[in-house]
Amino acid sequence: MPLTTSTSPHVRSPASVTEVMLQVLLALVPGIGIYIWFFGWGLVINIVIAACAALVAESAMLMIRKRPLRQYLGDCSALVTAVLLALALPPLSPWWITVIGVFFAIVVAKQLYGGLGFNPFNPAMVGYVVLLVSFPVQMTSWLPISTFSSYDMSFLEVAAFIFGGQLPPGLTFDALTEATPLDTLKNNLGQGNTVTEIRAQLGLDDVTSLLLSVIPIFGAIGGKGWEWVNAGFLLGGLWLIYRRIIGWHIPVAMLGSLALISGAFALYDPEHYASPMFHLFSGAVMLGAFFIATDPVTAAASAPGRLAYGAGIGILLYVIRVWGGYPDSIAFSVLLMNMVVPIIDDRFKPRVFGHGRK
Amino acid sequence: MKRRLWSFHGGIHPAQHKVVSTHLPIQPQRLPQRLVLPLHQHIGEPAEPVVKAGERVLKGQLIAHASGYVSAPVHASSSGVVTGIGEAPIPHPSGLSAPCIVIEPDGEDRWAERLPVENYRELAPSALRNIIREAGIVGLGGAGFPSYIKLNPGHHKSIKTLILNGVECEPFITCDDMLMRERAAEIRGGIEIIRHALQAEECLIAIEDNKPAAFESMRTAVAGMDRVEVVRVPTLYPQGSEKQLVRVLTGKEVPRDGLCLNVGVVCVNVGTAAAVHRAIHLGEPLVSRIVTVTGSAVGRPCNMEVLIGTPMNELIAQCEGAVERIERLIMGGPMMGFALHRPDLPVIKTTNCVLAATAADLPPVRPVMPCIRCGACADACPVNLLPQQLYWYSKTKDLDKAQEYDLFDCIECGACSYVCPSNIPLVQYFRYAKGDIWTREREKEKSDLARQRHESRQKRLEREKAEREAKRQQKKSALDAAATAERGQAQAAAAMQQAESRRDAALQEAEKRRGEGWPGRKDGADAPPRENDRESN
Repeated sequence: MPLTTSTSPHVRSPASVTEVMLQVLLALVPGIGIYIWFFGWGLVINIVIAACAALVAESAMLMIRKRPLRQYLGDCSALVTAVLLALALPPLSPWWITVIGVFFAIVVAKQLYGGLGFNPFNPAMVGYVVLLVSFPVQMTSWLPISTFSSYDMSFLEVAAFIFGGQLPPGLTFDALTEATPLDTLKNNLGQGNTVTEIRAQLGLDDVTSLLLSVIPIFGAIGGKGWEWVNAGFLLGGLWLIYRRIIGWHIPVAMLGSLALISGAFALYDPEHYASPMFHLFSGAVMLGAFFIATDPVTAAASAPGRLAYGAGIGILLYVIRVWGGYPDSIAFSVLLMNMVVPIIDDRFKPRVFGHGRK
Repeated sequence: MKRRLWSFHGGIHPAQHKVVSTHLPIQPQRLPQRLVLPLHQHIGEPAEPVVKAGERVLKGQLIAHASGYVSAPVHASSSGVVTGIGEAPIPHPSGLSAPCIVIEPDGEDRWAERLPVENYRELAPSALRNIIREAGIVGLGGAGFPSYIKLNPGHHKSIKTLILNGVECEPFITCDDMLMRERAAEIRGGIEIIRHALQAEECLIAIEDNKPAAFESMRTAVAGMDRVEVVRVPTLYPQGSEKQLVRVLTGKEVPRDGLCLNVGVVCVNVGTAAAVHRAIHLGEPLVSRIVTVTGSAVGRPCNMEVLIGTPMNELIAQCEGAVERIERLIMGGPMMGFALHRPDLPVIKTTNCVLAATAADLPPVRPVMPCIRCGACADACPVNLLPQQLYWYSKTKDLDKAQEYDLFDCIECGACSYVCPSNIPLVQYFRYAKGDIWTREREKEKSDLARQRHESRQKRLEREKAEREAKRQQKKSALDAAATAERGQAQAAAAMQQAESRRDAALQEAEKRRGEGWPGRKDGADAPPRENDRESN
């Protein structure tokens, strides 16, 4: 009777990397749904393009690196990178923008460093930053939310623009796009306007916002639609914490530090610094806090380290938003903190059982 | 009043599989054809045989005595003939053989004379410990530490709490559960004795809340005892680990490299307590224990009272045999037990469970994926280590860094490996790293010794050289003195010669004047041998 010998433990929990990645994708669904509701079909097309490009790039690199294709493609990590990058792009980005971004994310930022688990920087954010510095015009052309748009583009019209650059007759790209609330805030503050004036200009007094503001923290805070998108990602993120796919440390530290620092400045001078609610619910904050900063591969390892890491992102986010050159800065904050991770890991170790308190 | 409980970091909830082996009462065992008794069934030095091949022995007769302070004697587990003493395969992760005493039972199972203690309270703690030592009792929870040492508080005079460990947190294992259900009185007897030996103030009996029957049974058994409490603790692996249990019950953390004694606690398995009871009240040494025979491959899983030395396949056969293919045979539980390479290995004192697992019980090892640093391992670690960092350092053989991250605080409970979504065999890496470090330490010791030897040789050589040099110097100065004297003579000679040659020249001059020539002569003084010529020899 031949017996199999193995080392203990002989049982394993059913958790797998694939399952972790699929749960992350699932948790993105509410945010993505709300996003599509407000900004149209562009995101769906971007996600499909990004996913295909990611699978192709990942397969090619795995073949070159002679890694088992099925095992590593099956982990679904490339899909997560693709979807996160697609979410960071403006919904009307031309297809080649998405493909270039994904290529950089998968080939350069991930596989050239050794593939899953070995990349020091968040691949999706590397892809995004490469695009942002290379194609600033395309990367900052955002659509207004559909209810305020002068023209509601159909799925086919969006597809025609993304793939062929064809706009519906009589429309210009500039007429379609609009600065994001963060952009508007930054530019107008630069021109000497006060927060109150800018809020009025952002259309925060119109009917929709009034309806939205029935729930006190929503509506009239982050800018049209954005607070709902952020709420969607917040919901997905809380579910991930509930399912223990991610820990609470990074999101809480990041959102907490952002709220604290923005709150302090808003108290000091409310006419020149937006409220913490505006900062928490605009741009990609919730997506960043729950889905990007929490990427385990590139985040700090220990629980106290993760608190420091998250807090660092929150502070950098505010600093770059308010005094830096970019209106939203999740990508830069995350990448900058990625660089600090080895130091954080070295400095923040949990107290081991039976060791005296230091 | 509900007792306050503390918690430790991490822990996991693996599937229990305990119900399968608790349907039947503890089963008696048929005598096997052969009993194989390894001399090393405990932590410490192996026992030394005191019988010879061919000798007749009775049940409970001493066949090997303890060979050191940390050691335990071995007794014949049934009456019969010693058929051999020599190497035989034993249950050990290495799969190697070790010295064993083999007994062929005569079927009578006749006891040697048993000498129960009439009134143990009259005995001094040291005398009690001695009896427990002579009975060969070791910790029956799985580690096998000789019990009498634990019962000796030494300079830690006051033991506040005696903890009876009935937690049994490993999946599949139910031997302690059944023991508590059926033989609570024996455990009670053991508690009284151990408490007397330790003079412990209070006694806590910890039972996980997945064993309500055992809880009730123990509570009834200890009713009326002074300051004895049965404590229900939440089910969490690895709560049965001594230091974790001490933390849960007392809130105290046993310091690293420390013992429970350091915080005034002694922790004893319930099975050990029952064995102590038998040793004192019945005069029976440890010749049998309760073993859980379970797994889907076993026809009728149950707990059996098993004679030490019984081959495991014999036990499975007595549980209606293997009804399915045994994929893995594990001694102990699925979390910390080890897989055996053959089925006929003997039950030893630390065998709490024989798990004959099918492929479905213990699914095959899945392909290992890269670590995604998800931190699930760190969340599960009961010692609050960072297993993923330890993994990197162990894998890259950065052993200093691994030690800096407290590798040696790892209790190898396997919780990290259990939760890892990448299926990385973390514990295995840690064991390797520990082994590497031990090897390195040994190498270092060896090289230190070699260095010391080399240095002392070097010193000796230098000393000898210095002595030679001194001698040479002496000789040299003597020679020099001689040479100087010689040189003086030579100078004198040269002067003489000069004088002579001057005289000669004068004579020549005179001869010349007389019209005849003489050949002249040139000469120098004899030089002493040069220094470096000698040195090069």
